[in-house]
Amino acid sequence: MLKQTEGSHAVAEAVALCRPEVICAYPISPQTHIVEGLGELVKSGELQNCEYTNVESEFAAMSVAIGSSAAGARTYTATASQGLLFMAEAVYNASGLGLPIVMTVANRAIGAPINIWNDHTDTMSQRDCGWIQIFAETNQEAADLHIQAFKLAEELSLPVMVCMDGFILTHAYEQVDMPSQEQVDAFLPPYSPRQSLDPAAPVSIGAMVGPEAFSEVRYLAHAKQMQALDLIPKISAEFKEIFGRDSGGLVRSYLCDDAETIVVALGSVIGTIKDTVDEMRAEGHKIGVLGIHSFRPFPAEAIRKALSKAKHVVVLEKSIAIGVGGVVASNVRLALDGIDSRIYCVVAGLGGRNILRTSLHRVFRQAEAGELEALHFLDLDWDVVNRELERERTQRRSGPIAENILRDVSAVRSSSVG
Amino acid sequence: MSYEPIKFYQTGTFTIGNRLLAPEQRTGQADMGRTNSLNSGHRACQGCGEALGARYAIDAVMRATGNQMIACNATGCLEVFSTPYPETSWQIPWIHSLFGNAAAVATGVAAAMKVKGKKDVRVIAQGGDGGTTDIGFGCLSGMFERNDDVLYICYDNQAYMNTGVQRSSATPPAARTATTMPVGPEPGNAWGQGKNVPQIAMAHGIPYVATATVADLHDLEAKVKRAMEFRGARYIHIFVPCPLGWGAASHDTIRLARLAKETGLFPVYSAEYGEVVSVSKIRQKQPVEDYLRPQRRFAHLFGKNPNVEVIARFQEMADRNIRKFGLLDDNK
Ligand SMILES: Cc1ncc(C[n+]2csc(CCOP(=O)(O)OP(=O)(O)O)c2C)c(N)n1
Ligand code: SF4
Ligand SMILES: [Mg+2]
Repeated sequence: MLKQTEGSHAVAEAVALCRPEVICAYPISPQTHIVEGLGELVKSGELQNCEYTNVESEFAAMSVAIGSSAAGARTYTATASQGLLFMAEAVYNASGLGLPIVMTVANRAIGAPINIWNDHTDTMSQRDCGWIQIFAETNQEAADLHIQAFKLAEELSLPVMVCMDGFILTHAYEQVDMPSQEQVDAFLPPYSPRQSLDPAAPVSIGAMVGPEAFSEVRYLAHAKQMQALDLIPKISAEFKEIFGRDSGGLVRSYLCDDAETIVVALGSVIGTIKDTVDEMRAEGHKIGVLGIHSFRPFPAEAIRKALSKAKHVVVLEKSIAIGVGGVVASNVRLALDGIDSRIYCVVAGLGGRNILRTSLHRVFRQAEAGELEALHFLDLDWDVVNRELERERTQRRSGPIAENILRDVSAVRSSSVG
Repeated sequence: MSYEPIKFYQTGTFTIGNRLLAPEQRTGQADMGRTNSLNSGHRACQGCGEALGARYAIDAVMRATGNQMIACNATGCLEVFSTPYPETSWQIPWIHSLFGNAAAVATGVAAAMKVKGKKDVRVIAQGGDGGTTDIGFGCLSGMFERNDDVLYICYDNQAYMNTGVQRSSATPPAARTATTMPVGPEPGNAWGQGKNVPQIAMAHGIPYVATATVADLHDLEAKVKRAMEFRGARYIHIFVPCPLGWGAASHDTIRLARLAKETGLFPVYSAEYGEVVSVSKIRQKQPVEDYLRPQRRFAHLFGKNPNVEVIARFQEMADRNIRKFGLLDDNK
């Protein structure tokens, strides 16, 4: 049923349709509307057979999720940014124990400086934690991916993170085709755990493992993610059969067939890039877009195939691996090992900075011409940066960086207004 | 309370052999039907108070629930000595997640049992003093505050033993630990610090809070049984001497636990909904020296020039507990 709704609410409804049995809630922007929505559904009785727990921290949220999942209950939670870092120890534990928890991450920057707006540094910080990480491009896909996520998680006995851009998706009102309960029930069977805490068949879970077996346990965690490379497209195809829509999968390409330049990205920015590409196509540029929808497992083969004929690859990412450059770009470089193409990393949209089509036109054209640096920061204000560098060069007690920069920026603004 | 303290004694230690009691008065451990939830073969040190306390407590939960229980364990000695796989000692459904989240994991298990309609399956969480009073305290307080249907058991050996005897917020003043060495002008752990978790638990107004020691296992079993008669958050804090960490003889575990209670240093009581409902009276008050002297962690207080000032401060501590909890019979 088509419905004009907020992204968060669409996700809350989609999660409810999956009949979760335990939900742990702890607020952090921009995730709040999702858990609020679910709370209302449970309290009103619309979502039955569900324990909704208001916990005291994200660390507790993930820990409660570990307990309920290990006891055989379908379990959901949501977080973002600082919350994801606060629960990090339990995030690794959930995947280490092989518990199929589903968690939404409403992607948001990580401080300091504290910043509530969107980028991907939060989930990228957990890219090696053993969770499957899938990224939504639109609100429709965000809703759909949650339904797929429970199936994927439970088939593999691995936790799944559904990543959706904070504010840009979570707070946007759009039309979403909401699935019916019958459709979801037909797609998603009841949870049948591989391991469960049960007095009728007592097992020890979480025992100490020494060097004699640790490598094998770790290898299997990797092998399971490799299995997901087959399972994700399969589940996406099954989903299409019942719901009639393409969503999920490993990667999706747009106008890539004859493209000499391909832009690689994750999440909602793919929409802006597609618009830019349409405009450039109209002017005769051979450019396309490759959206990565599964970041973990990393679909290296699919990416290599999609990019193998491109002369220029622009990885546009909302994250930065400080001291190296791009997170996604490093992974894409590995996938293209041995292929003769130029790879550019464009770091964009950090802390919610708008990614403008005019800026994209500029860098894409520079890439086509082979004139873009290997690591480029989109729309970086070099005046501001250089002023701070100069301050640090000339003054020992140069003061807090963020505050200095804010002062510089507002001085420029007020002088241009005045 | 269901448990009536036994009035007579023969051994001079205030203990009584099970064989002298009527069958219904004997401990659960004396019963052939005991569940051996924490089975033999684990790797605790000789005389480990924690192993003893856990064995009694968990078997008592099994008894009270008709073997319908699930346990969530914090990282620490109890977890490490019981599970180097495949030699798990646990005969019960058991999960270890992290050091600081046992209470929250138990909350999750309890939520799962509730949603699945398994009302008869009861959930416990357990950890050492570090896992309880320090790193796991946020989760514990959350579990209390929400009145989640979990019994949390803290095995208090007064330091981080598993990592090699470092100070926790349950370490007594003056005690030597690896991070509070007996050097400098104020040797050992600082005075005026520390956290009293049973009292903090009571302040949450939860249905049941109790303290116990491994010196009185009848009392410990009775308290576990009583705890299982409630629904909601419950807390039992068990004093468990650690021969290795305290520098005490393995055969002194029970004696030290008894002295902790008989000096007044560790008050043994129970509380329901924030009100004290029972106090284990001191039968024969002992001076604190008798408790401190056998432990090498307090050795710097004795020797040629005993530190009478510090010992007097311990005595003040004990006397304050005695006044606060009414640990001595009024006619004594
Ligand atoms: C987050 C984290 N910090 C530190 C540790 C290291 N650690 C493991 S067990 C332990 C000490 C446990 O002390 P306590 O809870 O008192 O239990 P005990 O071993 O004394 O029974 C410590 C510090 C850990 N495993 N995890
Ligand atoms: S170090 Fe202490 S608590 Fe740990 S096993 Fe040995 S006696 Fe028990
Ligand atoms: Mg300890």
